Amino acid sequence: MNPAMNSALNSGMAPVATPFFFYLLAGLAVASGLAVITRRNAVHSALALIVTLLAVTGLYLMLYAPFVAAVQIFVYAGGIMLLFLFVIMLVNIERSSKERQFNRMWPVGLAAACALLALFVSAFAKGKALFPDRMMSLPESSNTQQIATMLYGEAGKMGQYTFAFEIASLLLLVAILGAVIMTKKKI
Amino acid sequence: MVPITTLHYLVVAAALFVLGVIGVLTRRNVVIVLMSIELILNAVNLNLVAFSRMWGNLHGQVFAVFIVVDAAAEAAAGLGILIAFFRNKETINVDEIDLLKW
Repeated sequence: MNPAMNSALNSGMAPVATPFFFYLLAGLAVASGLAVITRRNAVHSALALIVTLLAVTGLYLMLYAPFVAAVQIFVYAGGIMLLFLFVIMLVNIERSSKERQFNRMWPVGLAAACALLALFVSAFAKGKALFPDRMMSLPESSNTQQIATMLYGEAGKMGQYTFAFEIASLLLLVAILGAVIMTKKKI
Repeated sequence: MVPITTLHYLVVAAALFVLGVIGVLTRRNVVIVLMSIELILNAVNLNLVAFSRMWGNLHGQVFAVFIVVDAAAEAAAGLGILIAFFRNKETINVDEIDLLKW
């Protein structure tokens, strides 16, 4: 890659209207997250979760993480949510969308979640000095290459996460084998 | 307007996390409980990527990619368990999945 072209790409990308896009995407993520946990129909919940994933993808792009955003679209919104929708179709949820939606201990669960929220708020209020105001802006054009170097390694030496990458591929193999065997009628 | 700092992203991630926890603790439908778990994992990912930008290196983003991989494996395994259970007992309410209860 031509270094002159690289620096031109890096210097020309000034972010515009950052607070507007941040509040829009954050509000969309939280609102559709609320829709995930309150909808009666499971398909509505799945579609709301897809909207949440897309909003979080937008937030990743604002955080200078284009590779993580692409992985999120491909794997999460494109693979996992498809899996959820197929299972909702197979499991025949028509009957359960007419029953009671929240279980009998819902006040206790809500109180526990409010306690957790209070803990988070107190942690953010007390630890405000830990998060510096000025955020660095990572270079976007070499993001995928740097992640690939950390995962796979350069020519001749290993990256820092090569072993974890191999274990992750083994984990996926085991999970797919388990899912296939568990859903067979006769093992 | 106040510039958007790391703390703003952490607050959004905390809100998504608490929504996921509420979904896991209060819903009866198992599929929606699994979807709330995915919400929790997304909140953690957002946290990691925000901190990765704050520190200026990419360790947080690599960790986030591994968490996405792990979430895919866990969703596949969890939904497989759900289908196998549904074939036996015809219910997807967590209240009625109590075969191991005393």
